[in-house]
Amino acid sequence: MNTSAPVGHALDAPGVAPGGTRSRSHTVGPPLWLLLELTYRCPLHCVFCYNPTDFANTGPELSTADWIRVLREARALGAVQLGLSGGEPLARDDLEEIVAEAHTLGFYINLITSGIGMTEARIKALKAAGLDHIQLSFQDSTREMNDFLSSTRTFELKAKVAELIRTHDYPMVLNVVLHRLNIDHVGEILAMAEALGAQYVELANTQYYGWAWLNREQLLPTRAQLERAEAATRAFRERVGAKMQIYFVVPDYFETRPKACMSGLGSVFLAVAPDGTALPCHAARTLPGLELPNVRGADVRAIWYDSPAFNRFRGDAWMKEPCRSCPEKVKDFGGCRCQAYLLTGDADNADPVCDLSPHHHLVTAAVARAERAAAAPAVAAPQSARAQGLTFRDHRVSIPVVIEEKRT
Amino acid sequence: MSDPAGEMALDARPAIAHGMRLQWEPAQDAHVLLYPEGMVKLNGPAGQIMSRCDGVRTIADIVADLERTYKQSGLTADVVAFVALAMQRRWLEAPP
Ligand code: SF4
Ligand code: SF4
Repeated sequence: MNTSAPVGHALDAPGVAPGGTRSRSHTVGPPLWLLLELTYRCPLHCVFCYNPTDFANTGPELSTADWIRVLREARALGAVQLGLSGGEPLARDDLEEIVAEAHTLGFYINLITSGIGMTEARIKALKAAGLDHIQLSFQDSTREMNDFLSSTRTFELKAKVAELIRTHDYPMVLNVVLHRLNIDHVGEILAMAEALGAQYVELANTQYYGWAWLNREQLLPTRAQLERAEAATRAFRERVGAKMQIYFVVPDYFETRPKACMSGLGSVFLAVAPDGTALPCHAARTLPGLELPNVRGADVRAIWYDSPAFNRFRGDAWMKEPCRSCPEKVKDFGGCRCQAYLLTGDADNADPVCDLSPHHHLVTAAVARAERAAAAPAVAAPQSARAQGLTFRDHRVSIPVVIEEKRT
Repeated sequence: MSDPAGEMALDARPAIAHGMRLQWEPAQDAHVLLYPEGMVKLNGPAGQIMSRCDGVRTIADIVADLERTYKQSGLTADVVAFVALAMQRRWLEAPP
C-alpha cells in the first residue's frame, strides 16, 4: 500500500525563502496539488498503510473517463502538481492513458509506486505519455523490508525497477517508511539504496493514522532508536557526500510543535480516492461528521469551493483554545486534524503533539509506552542531536509554494 | 569573461535543471517551477529570467534581451545574482 503522504517527498524544498511561505488570506486559492489514489488494489500488505482501514468496504473504482474528467476539472481550477498513487497505481492498466491526458493538460506528474508491475514496456509507455517523475517506495513493513535487507526477491525486484528508472532518465528517488521494527536497520537500508544508485532517499517515520494508528503500539520507535538512526544517517552522509541526498523525517510524536499539515485543510490539497470520494487530506475519512463529496456526483469546482467538507477547516473560526488565540496558528494551523481527533476525540482541538495542548500528555504517554514495550534503557532526550546536520523534513509540512523576491 | 558577482561567468548557458519544469500558470498569474512534489511560484522578474534559461543563450544574451525588452540598462548584476541563487537551489544548471 501507499506509504507516502501526498506532498513533499524526497526532494529538497529549494523554494522556501525566508518569510516566503504562502500567505493565507480568506480568499480560497486553487487546489494546486491533486492526488489521485487510483486504486486500493495493491500486492502488498503494509501495517502502516495510511489507506483507510475499511477500504475493502468502499465502492467500485472510478472509470478511466471519470478520472479524466477529474483531471480536466481540477486543471481548469489551477491544479498543477499531480500525484498518482494507490494502492499500487500500476495495478490500473489505464495508467498510461491517464498520464497522457494529464500531460496534455499541463500537469507535473509524479508516480508513487512500489515498482511491482513495472516493466520495460510500461515505463516506455509512461515516459512517452509524459510522466515526469517516479518515486519508488518500500511499502511492506516487514516482509518486503526483510526481503530487501536479506537481499532476496524484493531487492532484485527493486534493483530491476531502479535500473528501468535510470535507463529511462528519471532521477532515482527512494522512499522508505521507518518504524520500530526496521529503524535499527537504517545503515543497511542506506547501503542498499546506494547499491540501487539512489540519488534521493527519504527515510520517513510512520505517521499514525489509518492502519498505522491501529498498529501504533507496535510501530512507534523509542527515542533511543530514533537517535541511533539519526546517527547512522549522519555517518552515512559523511561517507557518501553529495551524491545521495537523504531526508530523515522524525515522527512528530517526538516533537513539541505540530506540522503545518497541507498549509491547512482545504488550502492547496485535494485527494480523490478510488471510489471518487474527494478528501481534503488523505486520512480525512477518519474525521467524524465530515460529509465527503464524491466526484461522481459533483464537479471539482463545486467540491473545492462549495462543499461543507472542504470549507470545514478553512480559516480559523473552527479552532478551539489554545490554538484560537495562539500567535502560531498562522504557521501550523493547529496541526493535524486527524491526529487531534484520534487522540482527543475532537477534531477541533489542537494537535496534541503541541506541548501547549492540554492533551499533550497523551502523546508523551504513547512514547513512554513504546519505551516500556521495547524495554529500552531509559534515555533522556537530548534534543541537541537534532541540530547536528540532519535535514529534517516532513512530507506534511506543505508544498513549498513561495514567491521568490527578486527585483531587477 | 568577466565575473561581476564573483559566482557566474557571463558566457555560462544556464538551463532549467533536469527533472524540473517551468511553465506559465494562468491560475496563479505567474511562472511556476515544478519539481517532484513541490513548486515555486516565481515573481515577475524571476520568471522573465528563468524563462530565458534554455541552455542555448548565455547570461550575457539574457541580460541583453531583458534590457532590450524592458528598455532598461545595468541588469547584469541582478541577473547574475539571481542565476547564482537559482543554481544554488538547483533550479538551474549550467553544463560546463
Ligand atoms: S496551540 Fe495550536 S496554534 Fe499554537 S502552536 Fe500549538 S497547535 Fe499551533
Ligand atoms: S490532517 Fe493529519 S492526516 Fe490529514 S494530511 Fe494533515 S497531517 Fe496528514
